Amino acid sequence: MIKTCDVLVIGGGPAGLAAAISAHKEGARVVLVEREARLGGILKQCIHDGFGLVRFNEKLSGPEYAERFIDEFRELGIESKLLTFVTSLERIPEGFKATLVSRDGVEVYETKTVILATGCRERTSKQVFIHGTRPAGIFTAGTAQHFTNLLGQLPTKRCVILGSGDIGLIMARRLTLEGAEVVGVYEVKPTPSGLTRNIHQCLNDYNIPLHLSHTVTRVFGQDRLTAVEIAEVDDHMKPISGTEEIIDCDALILSVGLIPENEIAETLDVQIDPRTKGPICDAHLMTTVPGIFSCGNALHVNDLVDYVSESGETAGKYAAHFAIGTDRVPVEIHPNENILYIVPQRIDLSEDNHETVVYFRSKEVFEKATFRIVADGKTLFEKRYTFLKPPEMEKVVVDFASFNIRANTAIRAEVEVEGQ
Amino acid sequence: MSTIVCITCPRGCTINVEQVNGEWQVTGNSCKKGKEFAINEMTAPKRTICSTVKTTFADAPVLPCRVSADIPKDKIFDVMKEINKVVVSKPLDRGDVIIKDVLGLGVDVIATSNLLTQI
Repeated sequence: MIKTCDVLVIGGGPAGLAAAISAHKEGARVVLVEREARLGGILKQCIHDGFGLVRFNEKLSGPEYAERFIDEFRELGIESKLLTFVTSLERIPEGFKATLVSRDGVEVYETKTVILATGCRERTSKQVFIHGTRPAGIFTAGTAQHFTNLLGQLPTKRCVILGSGDIGLIMARRLTLEGAEVVGVYEVKPTPSGLTRNIHQCLNDYNIPLHLSHTVTRVFGQDRLTAVEIAEVDDHMKPISGTEEIIDCDALILSVGLIPENEIAETLDVQIDPRTKGPICDAHLMTTVPGIFSCGNALHVNDLVDYVSESGETAGKYAAHFAIGTDRVPVEIHPNENILYIVPQRIDLSEDNHETVVYFRSKEVFEKATFRIVADGKTLFEKRYTFLKPPEMEKVVVDFASFNIRANTAIRAEVEVEGQ
Repeated sequence: MSTIVCITCPRGCTINVEQVNGEWQVTGNSCKKGKEFAINEMTAPKRTICSTVKTTFADAPVLPCRVSADIPKDKIFDVMKEINKVVVSKPLDRGDVIIKDVLGLGVDVIATSNLLTQI
């Protein structure tokens, strides 16, 4: 039997939960699909605090933050399907046909819209070129976090962390608290990738050294990792001969970046932005395929979960509206060379654009910079920053309706740096 | 003068703090919490710690927990030792107390998930 709904949400993490709740509140019939046994996504294992400062003005741990949404989701009686995979998504005249597989077998849903809230994946050792054998003991930071915080198993006694992403920094502290020795965090770039506060509260507080412009060049060990070779790198991130150092350790933990997960999106020919590695979206977070929406870390990698929830709410609301139906008029926003990326990449003139939430990251660390949105030469929005740092996502609210934007209007997003 | 990074919120302000005639002078902070943090950092630094406690439940071998309020920084490892002694055998709910008044610091260790009530 084919079941129907208005909005099918794929993913039960913070983005999917917020999207499902918001679509439900707009009157849509919502079904949420989650592959794991419990809702909450990656927040289940993020037991550290600092979540929800923007949204709730409270310092919550990951599970506490997630459970606020899960409680509301359950109170509203929204349907969820756990331990369920989406095996295919196809376009049909009425919208989309989703094939789901669970312990109940195969089920088919016909839905008017789909929200992709599939999160992101960690870059693995296969995606970072390291010489040597392939012993056990090389984990991503998220895997080490899963072992420690969900399974209660310490995966290392003495480790090296490669990459200064936030999860790596958080795990440096976590493993130290549990009695493991973290020899150091090594970052190939000359600047750290994680938030400044995490450098301080996770590394400096525990006297864990951070070595910038350093990388792991080789790993040693047959069954289990026994040592790694570290080297300093030059301006082009190439190891400098003669700077090698061997460090004994039983684990190498990688915190070398996150990539939005869009496998399902690609099967539907959703256009992907090479900058964000997520779908190109309008301000209502609809992708280039009408009826398909994206939010959270599947859209772009966020620095704070508060923004993940916010984008989920936007996608949920407009997916519900779309189920009723409007004609869209997309206009592109073109970022300049100082911007790493901007989300949304386009706005839809058929919707209300008075208070459009815009996220961006700068390409490099800039001092004294101005962010501007310019439409046909007229400045719609301007904000000055003392500092812009790529690890720290910026959020602004832009009134695109203050200018008579037409389908052929050239909209530019600029970061202008003083003295550049 | 000392330069510190505020960890109160993700903004991570760089704050300068120095004592002039017995008064703390704080610059570089963007809010009241930053000033408070800077002075605490110079006099009695405090931190929140989050960890897990063992359980007797096979489907959830550990339960996330944290201290109910900040504790002195130099007590972190002592509190960790207390947390690692505990084995939870009851289905505690989120917010329930796991260790009352840990080490007499006036702070409880509380559960941060309702996961044991769901299995």
